[in-house]
Parts: sequence; C-alpha cells; structure tokens
Amino acid sequence: MSQTVEPSHHPWPAAFMRRLRRILPADGLLQKPTEVAVYECDGLPVYRVRPRAVVLPRTAAEVGQVLALCAEYQVPVVARGAGTGLSGGALPHPEGVVLSLARLNRILALDPDNRIARLEPGVRNLAVSEAARPHGLFYAPDPSSQIACTIGGNVAENAGGVHCLKYGLTTHNVLALKFFDAEGTLHEVGGPTGEWPLDLAALLTGSEGLLGVVVEVTVRLWPKPPATVAYLAAFRSLEAAAACVSEVVALGIIPAGLELMDGLALSAAQDYTGIPYPEGSAAVVLAEVDGDDLTVALEGDRLRAIFTAQGAFAVEQAVSDEDRRRLWLGRKSAFPAVGRLAPDYYCMDGTIPRRSLVPVLTEIGALSRRYELPVANVFHAGDGNLHPLILYDAAIPGQLVQVEALGADILRLCLAHGGTISGEHGVGVEKLDGMCAQFTAAELAIFHALKSAFDPHHLLNPGKAVPTPARCVEAGGMHVHGGHQPFPHLERF
Amino acid sequence: MSLEHNDDTALLASAVREAYEQAAPVEIVAGGTRRAFGRAPTGTPLSVARHAGIVAYDPSEFVVTVRAGTPIVALEDILAREGQVLTADVPRFGAASTIGGALAVGLTGPGRPYSGALRDAVLGMRLISGTGEVVRFGGQVLKNVAGFDVSRLMVGAYGTLGLLLDVSLRTARRPEAEAVVRLERSWPAARVALRQWESALPLTGACYAGGVLHVRLAGLAPRVAEARRVIGGETGDMAVFTDLRDLRGVFFERPGDLWRLLVPPESPWDPEDTVIDWAGAQRFWRVAGDATVVYELAARLRGQAMRLLCADRGVGPWVLPPPATMALMARVKAAMDPRAILNRGRLYPDW
Repeated sequence: MSQTVEPSHHPWPAAFMRRLRRILPADGLLQKPTEVAVYECDGLPVYRVRPRAVVLPRTAAEVGQVLALCAEYQVPVVARGAGTGLSGGALPHPEGVVLSLARLNRILALDPDNRIARLEPGVRNLAVSEAARPHGLFYAPDPSSQIACTIGGNVAENAGGVHCLKYGLTTHNVLALKFFDAEGTLHEVGGPTGEWPLDLAALLTGSEGLLGVVVEVTVRLWPKPPATVAYLAAFRSLEAAAACVSEVVALGIIPAGLELMDGLALSAAQDYTGIPYPEGSAAVVLAEVDGDDLTVALEGDRLRAIFTAQGAFAVEQAVSDEDRRRLWLGRKSAFPAVGRLAPDYYCMDGTIPRRSLVPVLTEIGALSRRYELPVANVFHAGDGNLHPLILYDAAIPGQLVQVEALGADILRLCLAHGGTISGEHGVGVEKLDGMCAQFTAAELAIFHALKSAFDPHHLLNPGKAVPTPARCVEAGGMHVHGGHQPFPHLERF
Repeated sequence: MSLEHNDDTALLASAVREAYEQAAPVEIVAGGTRRAFGRAPTGTPLSVARHAGIVAYDPSEFVVTVRAGTPIVALEDILAREGQVLTADVPRFGAASTIGGALAVGLTGPGRPYSGALRDAVLGMRLISGTGEVVRFGGQVLKNVAGFDVSRLMVGAYGTLGLLLDVSLRTARRPEAEAVVRLERSWPAARVALRQWESALPLTGACYAGGVLHVRLAGLAPRVAEARRVIGGETGDMAVFTDLRDLRGVFFERPGDLWRLLVPPESPWDPEDTVIDWAGAQRFWRVAGDATVVYELAARLRGQAMRLLCADRGVGPWVLPPPATMALMARVKAAMDPRAILNRGRLYPDW
C-alpha cells in the first residue's frame, strides 16, 4: 500500500480553532487520527494525506462561515462529498481542512410538473431518481458510483455515466447553482432554463472544487421513457466489436447507452456475477434503446441489423426490468470483478473520437504486451470514453512506476487521436502531468487567472486539476507553440 | 451557396495583440446581423467575416469544426450534403448571419427543450484571448473534463471574453420526416398534453400564441406518422417555428423592447400578448417603456427577464446581479480580457 502523507505539524492559531468550533455543531469537527483516517483518500487510494481536521457543517450558512474563517487565516479547504472520485480530487491538503458536505443531504424541492429538483450537495445521486420515480421522472447522469456519490461531487467532477450519450453530462442537466466563493460570499447563478449573463454554472461544473463550494443544485429531471430494451451482441474479436460501435454511431443511431467489454473483463464479470456470456465471446457490445414502443421496435431492428452485419455471432435481448438488470449486471460490476483478478488495478479515463476505437484498442493491446501488464477494457464506447483497467500488484517493487508509464502512454495515444486525457473522472492529482501535454502555457495561464477570480489566495483545493507552469516544465510535457519555448525565463532541469 | 475557405488566425491575433498593447477596444463583427443586440457597440470594428470555412468534418463522427465567420446557411448546406443537421436550433437573421455571432449572443430556437441549447452542442473552441493569444479549450469529443469549461462560458457572453476563431459542434442525422400540427387548446390543457407527449413522441418544438398550440415533430417517418395520429389537430405551418427561431413575423414587428422571460414551463399564459416558446419555458413579450412590469412578472413566476432588443442602446440585456456576483463576473471577464478591449460595453458598461 502507498504511504500516507502526515499532516503538517505547524499548529493552527488557537483563535482559528476556537472560532471554528463555535461555527460547527458539537460533533462537526473531527481531529483524532482514528476519526480522520477515513478521509485520507478518495476512490484513488494510491494517494493518501491525513487531514489535520475534518469539518461537517449541517447548513449552507455554516459552510459560508467556515470558508470565511479559513480565508481569514489562509487555511486551505478541500471540499468533499462521498469521496468516490477516481482522480484524487478530494485528497486532503496537509495544511488544510477537509470540508465534508455529507450532512447537507436534503432534497429541498421536487417539482414534477416543471421537472426540476432542488438539492443540497450531499444528496446521493441515486436518491434523486428514487425520489422522482413516483412521478415518472428520473435524473439522467448515472456514474457507476451512483449508489454512494453525491450531487455536489457530480457537479465538481461533471460526472457522466452510462446514459450520457443520449441525456448529457452533469453540465447539461444543471439549471442553477448556489455556491460560496473562497471568501465565503454566496452567489446564485442560473435559472429555470439554466441561463446567466456569463455561464458561471458551466465554469463551476467540472472545476473540481477549485472555484467555489456548491451548497445548492437545481437539476433537470427527465420523463421516464415508456419502454426500454437492452441488447447484448457477442463478437469473436475485440476489433469487430469496436467496429460495430463505430458503425452504430456512424449511422446516426443514439442509443441511451452503448458500452463495450473485452474478453478479460467478460471472464472477470462472469466469475463475479455467475451470469454466463455466449460461449466464445472475445468482446460484447451492450446497447439500450428507450422511448415509446414504436421507437424501441424501430431502433431495435436497426441495431440488430448492424450487429449481424458486423459479425455478431449471438445477440440477446432483454425487455423486462429483471432481464435488463441481469444483462447490465456484468457491466455495472465490472470494476470490482476485474479488481479480483489482481491485487491492484489502475483505471484510465481517456476519450477518443469513435472512428479511432479500433486502432486505439489495438495499440493498447500492443502496449499491454510490451509492458507485460494485463489491461481489461470495459467502457462507454458510444461516446469514445475509454476505461482501460491496468492490473498490477503494488507490493512488487517498481510495478506502480511501470503502470503509471503505461497509463501515460495510453493518454498520449488518446491525445494523438484528437482526444482528451479525462472523459469523466477528472484531473485531480492524478493527471496533472497530462494537463501539461493537453494544454499550452497560455491556456494554463487562463485557467489560473479564472481560479484567481474566484479564489485569489488559492485556498480552494489548491494543487489539483490545473498544474503550475513550473510543474509542467519539470514534467517535460509542456506544449511548445510555434517553436517558442514557454516560460523562457525559467530554468529547465 | 458557395463558401470561401480562409484562415485569418494570424491576422486576427496580431490585430487583437495590437489592441491589447494600445488598450484600444475593438468591436468584433462578421455578418453584422446582430449589431442591434446588447448595448451599443464601441471600439474599432474588427471583422471575422473572412475567417470562414470548415476546419474538419467527419460525418461518421457527427462533429463539425467550423470557423467563426462561416455563414450559418452555408454550414447547413455542407451538412445537408451528408444528410446531417446541427443538433441545436440556431437562429439566423439573413444569409450573412454567422455561426460566430450565433454563439456570441447564444440564443437557441424552439428546438431547445428537445435537442438542447446551442451551448450544449459546443464540444470545444479555439479563440483569441484579450491579450492576443490563440488558445484552445475543450475538443472534438463528447466527454471531456480536462480543464475549466471555457468554451461553454463563451456562449452568450456577447464576445466580451474572447474572439472566437473556430468551434466544434455536434451534428445529427437529418430527420427522415418532419411535420407541424396546430391545435386550439387552453394553455393549461396544452401543458397537460405536452407533458404526456414529451415522454413518448418525437417532438422538436412546442409554442403557443393566441390560443393555438403549435407542435413540431421530426424523426423516423413511421414515428412522425404515428405521433400525428396520436396528437390529432390540423396540419400546421413549418414557418411558425422558423419565424419564431429568427424573431420574425407579426408579433416581432410590434413596437417596444423585445423581452425574453425564462420561467418554469407550467407558468400561466399571462399576459396574453406574450408568445410562448420552449413548451412554456420561454415567453417573448414586446413592452414599450418602463420595464418594471416585466421584472415584476419575472419575479412572480420565479424566473428571469432578459431584454433582447432595447430602443435605448445604453441598456444591457441583463439586469445587474447582486454587487458581489457582479464583481465576480467582472473578475472572470478580466481573467479572459484584462484590458477590456473585446466588445467593451456590449454586455455591461466598462467591460
């Protein structure tokens, strides 16, 4: 296991602690090592920092007071939801407090006629759809952690999920936000249709806690389609399955979900769930169509025709809720299933144009062989969002370094094909070096300027999501524009 | 319509850099069809009109990357050759209207509740910052969370944050069939019907004026035919929707300032000289003179009012937000354009 960074021993002023205690409820301040240990990491446990203090306010007003106090004493603040993030975005700061929004967990309003819900940030993603279900509505973004992850975290990371191909990411489903800036000043942006003179809600969404702390989110709800049918198409090769996905997309069909699993992921899922895949499957494509009966029938016919034309040797169809649940179960439990194949796995998150699926997957296979590290592929194929899972054993000296090198090669491959280093998991601490490869010095400078507009002293989740120019120079990954070296005044080493 | 392909990036970047060095404001112009929007333009006009053409278009990927000066109708012609359309319903005010201008003002036509806002169709942008640097945000893929979402921020900012060079937009298959039906209904009855149809039928627009509900349908031919059967009503006029998109027709010719009210869709139809778009969420209203009545209505409906066209060019489209939030927006503006040289005064005085 990786080493935990200990908090700084430089004490906070007594007045700061006294005033912090006064703001919070009696059980709202955690400092004992046993109490704060659970906050050491998020869903990317290779990075661990023990927080000096965890604060658990119950109301938005308390959040604002905590922020104002931290600003006064220049104490860094790392906001946290359920801690399910996969890029170290909620990793504590050794000098700072962790601000948990978990207790702000009320659904403030559900308006089925206007199809909106007003939520506190600690509301769980799935709880929104559960509350909306009696009204025939649902909340569309459905990251795989939806049982646990919170709406506030979803906004911070611009979470996606299986259904965003048709229904969009978090940013497309947020209508209004209430947030505090770093000074503890409250701002309300957005409206019934999500408009604002400058779209600050869009800027906050996916900003990984660097710009503000969201205390209220208004989201759009969707009517639950009357019919849903899921398909599983089995292929003899990964390339054929990938080509099938490209073909579905190229023909302009937009299923509610379009996923791909390779052979390694299939055998892991089969062992985990006990639900068999067709004998001889090297890869399967999972697709779901929804709408009225006629749409489902028409689109289903077209999908079946494409599956057959692309060489699927078996096609299964699931109509009832129970059958669909079974069909999706292997996909939804693929990460823990793959997790049983090796002591550790590292989940990547690049996105590529869908036309590049075949060459990129082929190249990932070649890289896997070269590094002698198995890679399982199970991902959102319809929007080109790859999740290669690199299997390894952190106990073997040097293997994590090899894994990170392989990961970096995969991200470079995504960029070379016109893609991005993160489709939905965020940059966090994990992909800071990748940011240097994706953005120029001028672009990073604009990110820093925007950060300063919200947080002049860089107290909100500092050191995450946007690398400093110095780090990029060290990483050696800085873009060089037009032959000009960025930051010529900095020494290179 | 023929389209000139020309890359003016270097020319435009040096013009903005010079403006930055001299702290001399420029007014970004192209087709000139949206100069009536926002506060009165100031600064020396800098034309993006020649910076036009397709940068990349792979129909199988359903993404087109196009230069800002490209006329919308020319872009649509190119997409049509591949049997495609833009996913967003983009207003245009004549053949000269460019995609850059559409993004700067950020309006979306009647298709918005069903196919998303114009900003939802944006995957990435290349732009010139207020310091004259050419920068790129987002990309050409659907999912991308690396870096702050500056391209979405640019949409509707009236060109005050950057000079747009090119944009990657989502496209979709051109629908196999399209139809418009009209039905005489009360507004509450229309809403009940819309709520029912929206979950099942291929709606692409719903507007309401003078006691008549107009519904636009598009998609696979059998679905459109089936939807027509379910909805009933009479065959309507497709122009109802294109006129509404382009702010054209009898209603828009009335005197007074043109207001948009953005409200919960269930809100009542009141006053009755408003035109309802976006299945209820957007209301157009022509009001001469005092704006108090409009702001009162917006507040009553828990919505927003935006003054799209104003006789007094010193008045901006949006009411000032609370001072702290206004100050935050001004800092965001300064992060992108520190000397306020881009479309100065177009959205708010002095920036």
